[in-house]
Amino acid sequence: MKQIYVRPEQCMGCRSCEIGCAVQHSEEKSLFSAVLQSPPPMKRLFVESNDEIKMPVICRHCEDAPCLRSCISGCLFRDDKGLVRRKKERCIGCWTCMMTCPFGVITRDREKHIAVKCDRCHKLDVPACVNSCPTGALVFVDIDDMPKEKRQSLISAAAKEVL
Amino acid sequence: MEKSIDKATLSALEHGEKSGIRTVWDRYAAQRPQCGFGETGVCCRHCLQGPCRISPFGHGPKEGVCGANADVMVARGLSRAVAAGTSSHGGHAKHMAHTLLKSAIGEAADYPIRDEAKLKTVAGRIGVSIDNRDINSIALDVARKALEDFSEKESPLTWAATTVTKGRVETFLKFGVVPTGIDSTVSESMHRTTYGVDSDPVNILLGAIKCALADYAACHMATDIADILFGTPTPVVTRANLGVLKKTAVNIALHGHNPLLSDIVAQVSGEKAMNDRAKAAGASDGINVVGVCCTGNEIMMRHKIPMATSSVSQETAVLTGALDAMVVDYQCIMPSLAGIAECYHTKLITTMPIAKIPGAIHIEFHESSAKESARKIIETAIEAFQKRDPNRVNIPEISSTAYAGFSTEAIIGALSLVNKEDPLKPLIDNIVSGNIYGVCLFAGCNTVKVTQDANYFAMVKELAKNNVLILATGCASGAFGRHGFLTPEATEKYAGPGLKAVLTAVGQAAGLGGPLPLVLHMGSCVDNSRAADVAVAVANKLGVDLHMLPVVASAPEPVTEKAVAIGTWAVAAGLPTHLGVVPPVLGSKLVAEVLTSTVKDLFGGYFIVEPDPLKAAEKLLSVIGERRKGLGLMA
Repeated sequence: MKQIYVRPEQCMGCRSCEIGCAVQHSEEKSLFSAVLQSPPPMKRLFVESNDEIKMPVICRHCEDAPCLRSCISGCLFRDDKGLVRRKKERCIGCWTCMMTCPFGVITRDREKHIAVKCDRCHKLDVPACVNSCPTGALVFVDIDDMPKEKRQSLISAAAKEVL
Repeated sequence: MEKSIDKATLSALEHGEKSGIRTVWDRYAAQRPQCGFGETGVCCRHCLQGPCRISPFGHGPKEGVCGANADVMVARGLSRAVAAGTSSHGGHAKHMAHTLLKSAIGEAADYPIRDEAKLKTVAGRIGVSIDNRDINSIALDVARKALEDFSEKESPLTWAATTVTKGRVETFLKFGVVPTGIDSTVSESMHRTTYGVDSDPVNILLGAIKCALADYAACHMATDIADILFGTPTPVVTRANLGVLKKTAVNIALHGHNPLLSDIVAQVSGEKAMNDRAKAAGASDGINVVGVCCTGNEIMMRHKIPMATSSVSQETAVLTGALDAMVVDYQCIMPSLAGIAECYHTKLITTMPIAKIPGAIHIEFHESSAKESARKIIETAIEAFQKRDPNRVNIPEISSTAYAGFSTEAIIGALSLVNKEDPLKPLIDNIVSGNIYGVCLFAGCNTVKVTQDANYFAMVKELAKNNVLILATGCASGAFGRHGFLTPEATEKYAGPGLKAVLTAVGQAAGLGGPLPLVLHMGSCVDNSRAADVAVAVANKLGVDLHMLPVVASAPEPVTEKAVAIGTWAVAAGLPTHLGVVPPVLGSKLVAEVLTSTVKDLFGGYFIVEPDPLKAAEKLLSVIGERRKGLGLMA
């Protein structure tokens, strides 16, 4: 299963992922028409920082998703790729999902009065935020390959010490 | 996206790729994605409390640390781009003015006054007495007046005030945008856009217009002095594209902007002793000088030197493996040339104290010893030639005929063959009758963001078909040259019936035995002043101001800050000005609105931003139609 992996040590805080996300969720999907769109398109991820690090905080599409469990109107559903998505027309604006999301990545569309969250650009091969990142702080990886890669790098490091 | 529509460029690039050489297109791909804040102009680094940025979608803060909002940031960024462009043309013009002064006092023997008539015309225009005076003392006064234009004066810039219509001067005075010094206006722009000075976006934009008018003055001065020192161009026939490089010659490319360097190298390259040395080194055709970018235009017009390439494809000249030296002065020279030259035998030679590149050989160029430096440069190229690897030579056998050198004087001269008493009358009569529907000046660069030449190619065909007279400068003329648009054949092929009739009548009167070329090559980017001169002459003759003429400008593939400055003065001059690439202003709706609409109410000109070349041509045609209606002409 593919996941967005965040490498905070490579994040410059440029917010290009936020812009890429908003553009992808705009009507014409180009930067220059998106900035002219009214109301403006909304982003689904958030670059946060403190004194130590900067990093984008994103929806994890949790397997046991509190937002999905708390949605009382049948708006949120899990699609065949495993993504937690919206049936927009069923959102009643109760904001329960916002309150239960442990990552704080669900926000309000104040014009349409519905909840807004990441759909991981389900129509694209690679999500727009990952595509927009100029430093490789966001990468789209297969979560099942990661442990193997980690084990490999571990034994490479061990080999250097042994030999 | 294709890199280019030019076969020669693509062939050279393919060859480079095989050797694993990276060019501007690879570097662009590596830079992507480019930052959306930069793209929309809402990033500010003008103080040490920053950097600050404002989301163009309204997410997060609406103002920077100091309180500047997106409108202020965008206006300040644009204003600084205009200032940088103005400083470039200003530096170029000032360099020329200093040389004219040295020439007048006998300290620059290699730069005699070649065009006394032009000197006297300029002197007369700026109020320098010419009666019973020797040439050098007139030149000295002109040079001093020119240098005076750089510091802050009590009066308007001479080179701006004396070269535009009376109506324009009044408009500029009315809106407080009259510059009184070229360098001082650049300095003022930097001042007003620094931390905590001008925070009124509209006032900042008016400041940018003032600075752009200083840029116009600098361009005009650079053109005037180039003509005085090297001769006013008259039409010549030469060739354009990479096929002008020769296997059997020492190939030297001159790249950059100022003819102070390139003209001297062109002169010296004709010396027998130099050619004999090249032949002795094994180059049976001696020395072959070619041009790149605007300095290429300068020597193309005055010495029939062919144009190898321009702008975004400058690296391809080296990729042919047949270039022995690339000699550069300043502006638009990619630092990457040094690394690419290192992959071949090619020597990159820098010549200006303010423009050095690590990896290049530096042979400094001074007015007092110009020819001596030029000979040293050529000797370096001959030495490099001997190390050329014939197995790596791949010159695309592609080049087009190119007619170049249509200065204002040459155009008026050609028209006077049709009507001696009143040379402008045939032009005006044909505009009135609709044979010439309007005039479009193509200017600017090639950008890696657009398939090279694609916008020029599509737009010129569409406009010419609709009888629009086409003028071109800078790398726009480079693009047209590569594709054969600077030829009478292009007129036969692409011009609408009215335009064809006019170009044929003038061409035949001028003894060409056929039409003038479809696109009139007017020179380098500073020579946009020549196009302005033609427009001013027509406006004065008609007794109207520039903003009423059916004249438009287009930079379909712009890159540089100089292009931003030129575009801004074109707008201030009253011209609807098309840009084929979106400038970094969309982060502010206010600024975008002022540039594309509000400014029209003040100056008559405005920006038309349209990346699609066919839609752009349609928009320009419709604007020309509106202007024609305004003058009571058939639309």
